[in-house]
Amino acid sequence: MFVPGDAAAVAVGADQVAAAAGPGVIRNGSRGMFELEPLLEIETSEGRVGYARLAPGDVADVLRLGDAHPACVGLVEDLPFLKRQTRLTFERCGITDPQSIDDYRAHGGFAGLERALALGPEATVEEVFESGLRGRGGAGFPAGIKWRTAAAAPAEQKYIICNADEGDSGTFADRMVMEGDPFMLIEGMAITGFAVGATYGYIYIRSEYPHAIRSMGRAIETARAHGLLGPDFDIEIRAGAGAYVCGEETSLLESIEGRRGEVRAKPPLPAHVGLFGQPTIINNVLTLSAVPYILANGAKAYADFGMGRSRGTMPIQLAGNIRNGGLFETAFGITLGELVNDIGGGTLSGRPVRAVQVGGPLGAYIPPSMFHLPFDYEAFAAADGLIGHAGIVVFDDSVDMARMARFAMQFCAAESCGKCTPCRIGSVRGMEVLDRIIAGEDVAANIVLVEELCETMKFGSLCALGGFTPYPVLSALRHFPEDFAS
Amino acid sequence: MTQAWTAQETEELVRRHAGRPGALLPILNDVQAAFGHVPAACVPIIAEALNLSRAEVHGVVTFYHDLKAGPADRPIVKLCRAEACQARGLERIAPLFEGDVRIEVETVYCLGLCASGPAAMVGDRVFARLDDAGARRLIDEAAG
Repeated sequence: MFVPGDAAAVAVGADQVAAAAGPGVIRNGSRGMFELEPLLEIETSEGRVGYARLAPGDVADVLRLGDAHPACVGLVEDLPFLKRQTRLTFERCGITDPQSIDDYRAHGGFAGLERALALGPEATVEEVFESGLRGRGGAGFPAGIKWRTAAAAPAEQKYIICNADEGDSGTFADRMVMEGDPFMLIEGMAITGFAVGATYGYIYIRSEYPHAIRSMGRAIETARAHGLLGPDFDIEIRAGAGAYVCGEETSLLESIEGRRGEVRAKPPLPAHVGLFGQPTIINNVLTLSAVPYILANGAKAYADFGMGRSRGTMPIQLAGNIRNGGLFETAFGITLGELVNDIGGGTLSGRPVRAVQVGGPLGAYIPPSMFHLPFDYEAFAAADGLIGHAGIVVFDDSVDMARMARFAMQFCAAESCGKCTPCRIGSVRGMEVLDRIIAGEDVAANIVLVEELCETMKFGSLCALGGFTPYPVLSALRHFPEDFAS
Repeated sequence: MTQAWTAQETEELVRRHAGRPGALLPILNDVQAAFGHVPAACVPIIAEALNLSRAEVHGVVTFYHDLKAGPADRPIVKLCRAEACQARGLERIAPLFEGDVRIEVETVYCLGLCASGPAAMVGDRVFARLDDAGARRLIDEAAG
């Protein structure tokens, strides 16, 4: 029997369901179908049969009635939400025992590391370059180029940093990896370290993720006990302290070094001068987690998925007011409409979809008239949007887009590191001007003012926090002007 | 439960991180966890041990949302107020939290439970799919 130990399952009572099911239960990762949690799975000769949204009191009946129980959803593998996915990164999540290194190995784990060791560092870097893998944290920078840069930088000490400061609303894929398949991330970091010549890694995990911190910590201990981590390559976890901006890579470096998380000007790039002044690779959890698959199966196997310059798969996160929310990994190129309507099933409230925000609090609001957009870095950029960390937050027709635009400025003001003026002061002024628009004061003139302010923030900010806050604001103004008219 | 502040305990927490590069944030997180806040009197002790100025340590304490200058006088409930929880009806239940004098409501932006919101956290415990009844239960439990 399996009951997920994932925080999203625990938050709706999975611990109590697991306790009711007895001591033999394996706490797997979540399958990523959060409407079904807590999902109890029972292994049968045909496969795993699922029982959805259980309360602890239901467990005895489930065991007695089996698939005649009304909570039974049949074979989990056959559920359309799972069947339609291409799971490469999330291949094991929900299937294995996340804390069992033997289970990890039995399901293909460490094959990537073994192949990397056989190929040698340079060929490993080239393999990642050839795969077309791009940074999954949001910027979409080619991982292979970053790796080449750090590999070529001469230094006594180099570092690998895993950015697990997953602060974007609507995203949870990093958390699911760390709770549901932590050895994959360890393997990805070990391969990266081997490829670029780094002997020490940090995982910077946000403090809002205590379950992920515990799960990663246990897995690292296990990996050390098995000799997979040690003097050649070791990993340390650093917990954040509640600052969204620390997900920005240079701010994250400052934070690990023990300072205020204020962004650094680039150049120098972290791959040249990073943590403690040494060449440093900073990659997101999903980027590093894609590496074991690429090494185990070859660059081509990964690059065969996708479209244009967006190669491979993306773990997309369907969130907010959506019927079938959760983790949907698929090749790039699927349209927004397929994701929201076909797979997501529209809104949870049953009302019409009015807007979706793609890419977190700094992502654009997109109306259903643009649902033909394919999920692809360049296609979104051309439409004045961004994929970001691939979170999609759905809103129904009760949303007030002027208030969402104001919220974007409010969020930026709350989380600004304060280093540059356009972000620190622009966000506060933006909030004030949007308040005046909402109050109906001099609306036309104030809209012009907000647009000018957004230009300044976009081009004058040091990092993406101030630089991208204009995306939600301007997209709300452009696509939903009726919400700004008094 | 958090303990009362002592200089000795602070020094002990600092000692645990001796020699660790970039030790300040792990030390401050430990101090916050142990005492429920970062007492001003800890700052010179930490500064001395890490060869930093008091201003540098103070600057770090004031930067991070998790690090508090003073103790909380009521149990803290962290309520997610980010977009995904807003889209799932957060504003309907938020007044229940804000109107309850037994607890202190702290805004957090995202607990990573974005397909199951509205969501909240008390200590390390997470709660999702909060409706009116669930919110009331959570508040009562947190208020003890």
